[in-house]
Amino acid sequence: MGEVKKSSIGSSLNRVEGLPKVSGKSCYAADMNVPNQLFGGTVRTKLPRGRVRAVEFGKGIPWKEFTVVTAKDIPSKNAITCLIDDQPCLVDGNFQHAEEAVVLLAHPDRGMLQKGLANVIIHEEPLPAVLDLDEAADASQVIYGTDNNLKKFVIQKGDVDSVWSKAWKIVEGVYRTGAQEQMYIETNGMLAVASAKEGVTVWGSLQCPYYVHKALLGVFGFPPEKIRVVQLETGGGFGGKEDYPSLLAAHVALLALKSKKPVKMIYDRREDMAATTKRHPSRTKHRTAIDKDGKLLAMEIEFILDGGAYTTLSPVVVSRGGLHASGPYLCPNVRVKTRAVATNTPPHGAFRGFGAPQSLFAVERHMEKVARAAGLAPDEFRKRNLIKTGDATATGQIVRDCVNLQALLEKALAAANYHEKRERFARKNPTSKIKRGIGFSVFMHGAGFTGSGESYLASVAAVEAGADGKIHALASNTEIGQGKNTVFTQIVADALGVDPSLVVIDQPDTKFVPNSGPTVASRSTMIVGKLLQDAAIGLKQILLQGKYIRAGYSTKEFQTAAAKYVKQFGKLKTYAEFQLPAHIHWDDVNYEGDAYSTFAWAVYVSEVEVDTLTYEARVTDFVALQEIGRVVNPVLAAGQIEGGVTQGIGYALYENCVYKDGRMINNQMSNYIIPTAIDTPNIKVMFEEVPCPWGPGGAKGIGELPLDGPAPAILNAVENAIGVSVDILPATPEVIFQAMKNAQGGH
Amino acid sequence: MKKVKSDKLATKAKSATKAKSAKKKDSNLVSINFSLNGKQVGVRVHPMDRLLDVLRDELGHFGTKEGCGEGECGACSVLIDDELVNTCLVPVLQVSGRKIRTIEALKGGKELAALQNAFVVQNGTQCGFCTPGMIMAAVHLLETNAQPSEEQIREAMAGNLCRCTGYVKIVKAVQMAAEEIGGGLL
Repeated sequence: MGEVKKSSIGSSLNRVEGLPKVSGKSCYAADMNVPNQLFGGTVRTKLPRGRVRAVEFGKGIPWKEFTVVTAKDIPSKNAITCLIDDQPCLVDGNFQHAEEAVVLLAHPDRGMLQKGLANVIIHEEPLPAVLDLDEAADASQVIYGTDNNLKKFVIQKGDVDSVWSKAWKIVEGVYRTGAQEQMYIETNGMLAVASAKEGVTVWGSLQCPYYVHKALLGVFGFPPEKIRVVQLETGGGFGGKEDYPSLLAAHVALLALKSKKPVKMIYDRREDMAATTKRHPSRTKHRTAIDKDGKLLAMEIEFILDGGAYTTLSPVVVSRGGLHASGPYLCPNVRVKTRAVATNTPPHGAFRGFGAPQSLFAVERHMEKVARAAGLAPDEFRKRNLIKTGDATATGQIVRDCVNLQALLEKALAAANYHEKRERFARKNPTSKIKRGIGFSVFMHGAGFTGSGESYLASVAAVEAGADGKIHALASNTEIGQGKNTVFTQIVADALGVDPSLVVIDQPDTKFVPNSGPTVASRSTMIVGKLLQDAAIGLKQILLQGKYIRAGYSTKEFQTAAAKYVKQFGKLKTYAEFQLPAHIHWDDVNYEGDAYSTFAWAVYVSEVEVDTLTYEARVTDFVALQEIGRVVNPVLAAGQIEGGVTQGIGYALYENCVYKDGRMINNQMSNYIIPTAIDTPNIKVMFEEVPCPWGPGGAKGIGELPLDGPAPAILNAVENAIGVSVDILPATPEVIFQAMKNAQGGH
Repeated sequence: MKKVKSDKLATKAKSATKAKSAKKKDSNLVSINFSLNGKQVGVRVHPMDRLLDVLRDELGHFGTKEGCGEGECGACSVLIDDELVNTCLVPVLQVSGRKIRTIEALKGGKELAALQNAFVVQNGTQCGFCTPGMIMAAVHLLETNAQPSEEQIREAMAGNLCRCTGYVKIVKAVQMAAEEIGGGLL
């Protein structure tokens, strides 16, 4: 054991589960096998909306070898509990989207299972469907509730209507973004055992063990202690394994209960892409008033998300989107009208950024246009309007973060050589078929749950000494590649004043770990890390006050003392529960007050080239500068930024979900294109560290931030290159071609 | 570096693996022999079974992953006679008498020391699911080009998709490994 390491926060400890990952030893869902297991599969609807008239089991299949589950086999409630209970576990009569599960099959042989799945025929009767956001928003055809709305709210600051008549200029714009697939490389997968006596246990690829736990409680009606959810090594999530695993877990557990055997269900890529959640498509309309000095007077924003067929997480996604819709600007009069509307497509769900990438794309494209109308350079216009410490946001939240966005902007532009390049590209582009451009975005991301979400959750985390004196961190937050295991190790080691090797991160298993909430919303480090820090300090105090250790103790002494305490008293365990900082006040009904306890702030600069023969755009250089409080682990944090930026490059230029009759038709990796190593530039990541008083060691959340900024920076660069606005994501060659054609046509 | 405590049942279940199926009695099965990580192995399988499934389900080599099943993502990459191949596209019959190396082959060799260490130190692995295939692609690159440029690394890794890292740290890991080996990898 090494010397006491007083501050492992801020050092780049190697990923603690790195070695099994690089040697192929980590156990993912598909790698787990148990004796006598069956393989499960799902038969789904094909029409976008309708009624199941009959289910036919084809001839020539030995059906008696199969376990067959339909809605009739559900012991308790046919609903997947999320925010509300509108999504059925299995179709019973009417259905609201294609790819909705109707029949579940299990068989010992995978080949026979495939034959069985192909021979269940669902006879469907169509009902009128609404397939896109515009149609759903105008509500001429109602498919959900009375107006297709899944959620609706308004943010008001000042009085926008009093401004229009005295404005120097008014600038309008419409911005659209498409769905985006999370494309974790490991598809969704689960294994379950179940019996009425023992209850249900599921092992799987998931982000939020207690979400799954809650959904299984509803479907099975068992007491909470008879539902156990265990996370296996998870091959990426990005939000895609936030709510959908609840549905998959219920399916696989129903098959296990009926067959009385373990059942394993691993989606293949096509099923995963067609049936599971994506980023919400959006439409944002901006109307902005400025005065002669280029100062913002009013921002009116209509922000609409396509939620798909059921509520799932859409109310919270649209909430975050709406709260980021006016960007990092000070404006005296703001009105943001937001809605999530229902369409007959598979539900859209969480994806890194959670509504903010859509609304920030719109506002950062729009500010580029407003700057032009004001006759100001993009950076000069931003500088006149960026929010400062002490200013009020659209919800009236006073910015307490010590942030200097003007300085961040200057630093990022200097690092990207923005002004020199802008001048050089303007000079060279007229004679080149390859047009080059450079653009930037300024943005923020609220860390942790929106508003009072963290209060409702009341997360609990614990640390406990083992008999060997090792210290176990107990939390339900999952390692999905982001580095949670390592960051938690550093935070706990730092709080205890011991070497990180004394800390063990226990596998999230609802039987053993408290509910520290889901692994979402950039909250693990800041919120749960803080709880673990508090719990660890408590544990250390017990040993200090009991004189088991003295100040200046070594790691070895600490371990020996912890082991001695456990031997003497049987247990050494401390808990911490989330307390909302006293200054946070949030009004859920009127959307007023402190939307987030803190924000991460950033400026991203992108350089692109657009080939005017093929209309392809490519990112050739990228600078990502962010203020995320204290950086717990610089190497892991940079990895988060680089990965998020790359997903943002895909979102901006390549990733196009194509739907026909409510079904995704390019549900393969060969025709849904994500960036490869040759599509991505070398991303320059820079951190500005201003310690945040609420996070452990001064840290804020960073997970989602890097997906917010790339798309607007890239599209601003595209505009700089070709002199034409492109306001649709993804900006595929077809979209760029159309925009250039429209511009030539004088539109 | 510590190994994270994984679920005991899961670990046990994994080692006790092999979901033997009813098809063993099938008369369409053939015997196929090949070299796997330096050892001769024989399996009785359907000739059109995917090599990926045979490696995982028959031979318990779970390091090779399935990401797409259509040769796009590279998560199932292995080396067959020193060539980088997607095992989801290979009928097992084709590897009869050939030499296969998987991520499990790297145990103890200097490739392990260099590439595995570099992937951990540089954070070239995040969720880890693409990593075995990614490392096999890197082994193939360094065996054929001991001192690749950044562009050559990106080109060589372009058949392997990663959704976590943005590739920056994967490129750095390969560069670091190449430097450490000093061109002597084979």
